[in-house]
Amino acid sequence: MGVVSSKLGNLGVVTTTLETAVNWGRTGAMWPLLFGLACCAIEMMSTQASNYDMSRFGMELNRASPRQSDLIIVAGRVTRKMAPVLRQLYDQMASPKYVVSMGDCASCGGVYNNYAIVQGVDEIIPVDVYVAGCPPRPEQLIHGIMTLHEKIKGERITDWMEFTQKA
Amino acid sequence: MVMELSRPSADGMAEWQGDLDALRGLVSDRAITGETMLLNLGPHHPSTHGVLRLLLELDGEEIVTCLPDVGFLHTGIEKNIEAKQYEKGVTLTDRMDYLAPMSNNAVFCMAVEKLGGIDVPERAQVIRIICLELTRLNSHLVWLGTHALDLGAMSVFLYAFREREVILDMFEMLSGQRMMTSYMRPGGVWRDLPPDFLPALEKFLGYFPQKVDEYELLLTNNPIWRDRTQGIGVVEPEDALAWGLTGPCLRASGINWDIRKAEPYMSYENYEFNVPLGEHGDVYDRYIIRMHEMRESTRILKQAIKRLGAAKGSFRSDNRKFVPPPRAELGRSMEAVIHHFKLWTEGFSLPDEEVYMAIESPRGEIGCYLHGTGGPKPRRVRFKTPSFMHISALGKMSQGHMIADLVAIVGSIDCVLGDSDR
Repeated sequence: MGVVSSKLGNLGVVTTTLETAVNWGRTGAMWPLLFGLACCAIEMMSTQASNYDMSRFGMELNRASPRQSDLIIVAGRVTRKMAPVLRQLYDQMASPKYVVSMGDCASCGGVYNNYAIVQGVDEIIPVDVYVAGCPPRPEQLIHGIMTLHEKIKGERITDWMEFTQKA
Repeated sequence: MVMELSRPSADGMAEWQGDLDALRGLVSDRAITGETMLLNLGPHHPSTHGVLRLLLELDGEEIVTCLPDVGFLHTGIEKNIEAKQYEKGVTLTDRMDYLAPMSNNAVFCMAVEKLGGIDVPERAQVIRIICLELTRLNSHLVWLGTHALDLGAMSVFLYAFREREVILDMFEMLSGQRMMTSYMRPGGVWRDLPPDFLPALEKFLGYFPQKVDEYELLLTNNPIWRDRTQGIGVVEPEDALAWGLTGPCLRASGINWDIRKAEPYMSYENYEFNVPLGEHGDVYDRYIIRMHEMRESTRILKQAIKRLGAAKGSFRSDNRKFVPPPRAELGRSMEAVIHHFKLWTEGFSLPDEEVYMAIESPRGEIGCYLHGTGGPKPRRVRFKTPSFMHISALGKMSQGHMIADLVAIVGSIDCVLGDSDR
């Protein structure tokens, strides 16, 4: 976007593709679901607090309702008791929706290979980005979010059709 | 109380799947007839500080019954530790009460030390006290930030996390990890304090008391804060004892019980500090007590820095049957190589006996019951955690209050669900 606009001087016209414009809009202000499970949720709070300040990426606004959010950061270990709740929250979100699996427990069960923990949240919901670490540092989470932004920027119009079917 | 009350239908909406008769006896009869309303709060709710679920029976906005439902974060940590050698178990204890990992490390290590009769050198004790008190500050800062956020004061959250980051940086210096430090080991700590640590701590202690004043300036005399917290969630002293409350929740009701004073560990008896007590046992008193505790922790930390210079011994015990030898010794001593090999393959064995060790965590009494087998792995590890006790008292504390006050009460008991469910 914008190569032509500089040549046009101050005419105020920007040319781009619909895909780029929409994807740019989607990355600029993602609203994550206010969803914390365990230790990683505290690091997620740190990421949003003063030092790391996730609002630099338009993400300071956590919505408590899944209806109003388009990103779910699964921060912490998902237990077998919590799994149906998580699935319900995911189902209630409107498309397009994205999932970041934050931390080792959410990604693969982490150190807890036992009866209580779901061995990776991808058993119950589709995951877009995995962030490793126990818990990941705020920088790692921000990198995960950046990776998700890159992914979204690469989406094509044909992918959008799938969103409506997925929902 | 475990029951499935709702499950998602095809369009994602929750549908009532529960059996009202299953609630008979738990809620009042008025709920069965439909006179009062049943409301589900959580496990995904911003003000429950994790994944606590509350089943509320409401008469208008007034809470008639509040039934806590825990277990959404049950991780099986106690069971997992049974399959691990004692030193490896420390890593798992970090992740129970994730706001105070050092306290969990400490109580587990101290139970192991008590069972095995492992000595802890003076220097290691002082380092542990520094860690424990920094953890208390760390935990109270998160509590303050989130509690104030729940009641509508956003800026306190940002200020509290600003100071918390400094503490986490210090933890990172010690252990290489911000939160899950696993810094304490049976017989002492993992390694000695790095050279940057003490200057950073002194700098932090220099300005931290003013920061506590700053938080208090925002809240203590704020009329909105007072209205929301004073006279809410009152716990009478006898009730506090009967419900097994510990820590700031117990002391807010005016009962002077602090394990650091009552049953000192790690030479806490040599430190001068006060135990702040409340009068009314309400949300406001619990807030004030934690604020005072932060000041007292600063005092303890200052004394600990002074003691560190004169403290004898190393950062870890020299008992080679339990503590692996330093790397440098391996090139010189065959005995050291044998100890190294034995400790890192088999681990040390503890007798087939049971011990109970309790310390004062930021939330209250955290206890570790440990039963050895005579081999390198424990037979049973059980943690007695303060959050579980506090959540069980939630029903009585919130009775008769408005539903908005429940948010204040849940915040004031400072429950961590990882601590409660383990």
